[in-house]
Amino acid sequence: MTALDEIKIGGMGARRRRVEDNRFIRGRGNYIDDIVLPGMLHMEILRSPLAHARINSIDTSKAWDIPGVRLVLTGEMMATRNLAWMPTLSYDTQAVLATDKVRFQGQEVACVIADDPYIAKDACEAIVVDYEPLPVIVNPTQATADDAPLIRDDKENQPDNVIYDWEVGDRAGTDQAFERADLVSTIQLHYPRSHPAPLECCGSIADFDRSTSKLTVYMTTQAPHIVRAAVALIAELPEHMIRIISPDLGGGFGNKVPVYPGYVMSILASILTERPVKWIEDRTGNLISTGFGRDVYLQGEMALRRDGKILGVRMHTDADHGAFFGDAQPSKFKIGLMHSAFACYDIPTAHLTARGMYTNKAPGGVAYRCSFRVTEAMFFQERMVQAAADDLGMDQAEFRRLNFVRDDDFPHRTPFGFLTDSGQYGKCLDVGLKAVGYQDFLKQKEEAKKRGRLLGIGISTMTEPLGAGNSREYDILGIKMFDSAELRVHMTGKAILRTGAKTQGQGHETTWAQIVAHELGLPAEDVLVEEGDTDTAPFGMGTYASRSTPVAGAAVAMVSRKIRAKARKLAAHLLEVSEEDVDWELGRFYVRSAPDRGVTIQECAMAAYSNMPDGLEPGLEGNAYYDPPNLTWPFACYIATVEVDPETGVWDVLNMVAVDDCGVRINPMVVEGQIMGGLTEAYAMASMQFITFDAEGNCVGSNFMDYLLPTAWETPGYELHEVVTPCPHHPIGAKGIGECATVGGPAAFVNAVLDAIKDTGVRNIDMPLLPDRVYEAITERHDVSGAPPVKVDD
Amino acid sequence: MYPSRFRYEAPHSIEEAVGLLQAGDGEAKVLAGGQSLVPLIKLRFASPELLVDINDLPGLAYHRADPDGTIRVGALCRHADLEGSALLADRQPTMAAAAPMVADPIVRNRGTLVGSLCHADPQGDWAAVVTALGGHVVAQGPGGRRTIPIGKFVNGPFQNALAYDEIAVEAVIPAPGGTPAGGYLKLERRVGDFATAGAAVAVETSGDLVTRAGIALTGVGGSTIDAAEAAQVLVGRPLGAEVIAEAADLAARAAQPKSDHRGSAKYKRHLVHTFVERILTRVGDTTERAA
Repeated sequence: MTALDEIKIGGMGARRRRVEDNRFIRGRGNYIDDIVLPGMLHMEILRSPLAHARINSIDTSKAWDIPGVRLVLTGEMMATRNLAWMPTLSYDTQAVLATDKVRFQGQEVACVIADDPYIAKDACEAIVVDYEPLPVIVNPTQATADDAPLIRDDKENQPDNVIYDWEVGDRAGTDQAFERADLVSTIQLHYPRSHPAPLECCGSIADFDRSTSKLTVYMTTQAPHIVRAAVALIAELPEHMIRIISPDLGGGFGNKVPVYPGYVMSILASILTERPVKWIEDRTGNLISTGFGRDVYLQGEMALRRDGKILGVRMHTDADHGAFFGDAQPSKFKIGLMHSAFACYDIPTAHLTARGMYTNKAPGGVAYRCSFRVTEAMFFQERMVQAAADDLGMDQAEFRRLNFVRDDDFPHRTPFGFLTDSGQYGKCLDVGLKAVGYQDFLKQKEEAKKRGRLLGIGISTMTEPLGAGNSREYDILGIKMFDSAELRVHMTGKAILRTGAKTQGQGHETTWAQIVAHELGLPAEDVLVEEGDTDTAPFGMGTYASRSTPVAGAAVAMVSRKIRAKARKLAAHLLEVSEEDVDWELGRFYVRSAPDRGVTIQECAMAAYSNMPDGLEPGLEGNAYYDPPNLTWPFACYIATVEVDPETGVWDVLNMVAVDDCGVRINPMVVEGQIMGGLTEAYAMASMQFITFDAEGNCVGSNFMDYLLPTAWETPGYELHEVVTPCPHHPIGAKGIGECATVGGPAAFVNAVLDAIKDTGVRNIDMPLLPDRVYEAITERHDVSGAPPVKVDD
Repeated sequence: MYPSRFRYEAPHSIEEAVGLLQAGDGEAKVLAGGQSLVPLIKLRFASPELLVDINDLPGLAYHRADPDGTIRVGALCRHADLEGSALLADRQPTMAAAAPMVADPIVRNRGTLVGSLCHADPQGDWAAVVTALGGHVVAQGPGGRRTIPIGKFVNGPFQNALAYDEIAVEAVIPAPGGTPAGGYLKLERRVGDFATAGAAVAVETSGDLVTRAGIALTGVGGSTIDAAEAAQVLVGRPLGAEVIAEAADLAARAAQPKSDHRGSAKYKRHLVHTFVERILTRVGDTTERAA
């Protein structure tokens, strides 16, 4: 008998079709709005039309008069139950329903619970709120002006609008490096506010059963266990009587990490009405009130030696956090992992100062498809690198290569103190340059220029920290960032696997089974994967920051190995030899001295329930909690080529080459899907996507006519390549990948457009590179900076 | 989607539909493709008491040419029908150019040309195209049918000349006197976005001379803009670089753009110039080759 073919059983490396797609593409998914409970009521939220205003009064009497209205909640009523405010994930507080004043447009002011959503909506319109408008702050500059109104007058010890003033790195050492520099390259950048905009908005169905005192909440959450803990603490309910069920999620991208006021209100409403209460957020509610991404300004400086060596880096960031500091991030850090910038470059010293400001904009600051602000970090890094190469007059590829950490320099301490452990940066760059035909393109570009055509090429290379924690350094609100898996093998060799992660499109139901197949030789199709129910799944921190494969995926491998260790005992018993004489090949134990004598893993499973040796605990199941020794460090090289129409500023992507090294790939097809999706989000941010605010704090970008998602029509084609450097500490050598392309992609597009118009002397156009901004840069020959303004009439 | 409460009727004849509008006393809206009306109702920006769904009315889903070359588009002719139309490809280049640029494929499957004219969105494509072509709209009310020239039909932003009890049943493009040529160009940030700016150009030529011209602009004013002065300079002349530049200048001057998050007024004006110039240059090249 020979070992199983791993690809045939859907193991590691198999391009296995996603099992979850079977129900998704047939419209048989079970999303929050598909769930209907008997006697269910419907909740609708009334939101503030103003960005900053004192609430003089709220008159709900007309709403109560509408037949079918069961409950109307206001901040005042929440306050009597100590629920008007709730903690955020960054040790701040956030209003559940406004009591004193509203602090951003779209803030929750009241809610109505009614027999159907139409009535609830009608009743919201019948609520009369008397607002007294206050001066509005829409950016960090206004927030720190001398006469700036105080947004958070609810807080003690908050004399101004500054949330934090934080630093990391070596200030003195960096100063010295700048003194030694032959050249200092500087740039100011803005990463505009964007939104994860999952296709499914947020929602919850709270179902409090008075007779059992059990609270069940169906909720669109990427982190059900954290929510259970939060509900226990906020609502002061016993944790074992709270069950959070996260059903099929229509995307998350970080948007479904925080706890939102709507969830809390639906829970209170269910307790008060003793009926299930459903809240389904609409698109505008999602875009104007829930966790946004980015909105950070950078001042970057790079100390350079004439020969191109980077001597040191200085960064200062000003972040606009909106009205409440609600960033979902490890508690040790104020601006996420911004200081992971420049991790792939061998730079002796660096220093980052960061300030965060309150403004009259929506709160949140979630990691939109990134590992806690690394999107901003890597964008700033690659724009600074590009500007430095241009300032030195060096080839952009060679400048990067000269400064890369070399293959034999690992482990490597990054300039801000992270420890990277593996990578082949030069090789990835080479693969990318070859694929794009770098030298040929440079010639083509010169030829095109003679005919008045503008071609450009942009590179973005980066390694990023994915897979928080380890628990020494990474926690959210004190809860350490490990993860878990529980595996039960039934007697016929079929199995159920549960993890503390929560898939929202990543394909866990497919890939986790492949890890089990790899470790145990069970065909992947024999492994059912289930996530999201806190009553059945083991405790875990959930899915975001590309942490599932690095952490929960590792736990899946580790629990499989525990099962294999027990199965070995069963095999020895069945084969009537001692355990030491048993060897393993995929799916089968055999006698070392007589390889033909063996038993399959399935036979071991049957024995665990029907023929176990004396003294061995029956059954074949186990769990594993995995605390990673380090983050994983994938590397990516993205190269875009573009053509800019000088008459309109319109630019088209000619080619986009992506070289990703995410270590060992569990399912290459799923990885490629993640990369293509990420590149599309990168293209969106580079080309068209932003949320902006007018001077009164009105949100421009409150629906999909203003907040643009690229369609198949705009989305460029991608050419994908891979390099594999296994992660040295991960049990199956995998690294995170879900977010690499979103993180690294934007700089490639922006660098390419700027390369195309380099002769104008323009050094920067801030995203998004809308045609009018590119046209302005070309014709006016100046940088186009800052958030896209809502322009006033000329 | 949780609109305000409304009644819904789906009549089977135009007479019945008109009767319902009359009874609706100004609070009724006609539903054809619904691609603008339904989003407005969804957002509660519009709260009609009655929707009169005309999709069951027989004999309105056509577009056809009369023997003399007049093109008629019925109220239930979808954008997608026009996009795939051999008739337009053969006879009406400005409409053929615009059809695939209306919104996105999903909207084109349901939305109608006549409905687009009625909605009178300054960023709607068809109003500019029909204006450039000098078309008109046929309305039917209790007293029978009347014909309204497009310039009078679209009489303001989101306003049309229909009485509350009239239904627009047909759009008409007059038969060309010469060889029809032209095009439609617009810039949108993404498929389905409202136009940053757009220009419809329709000319008729005889030999190498322009015999009739129409230029109309999308998204650069409070309403569709008829750049008649720009079009007029073309008439009686061959399409040379000089006259094209002159027309493009006049069209840009006729634009009344406002700065917004889609672009500055200056940029939009520039786009109008570029688009008019590009269409006319292409037409000029083709005419020259033909002549």
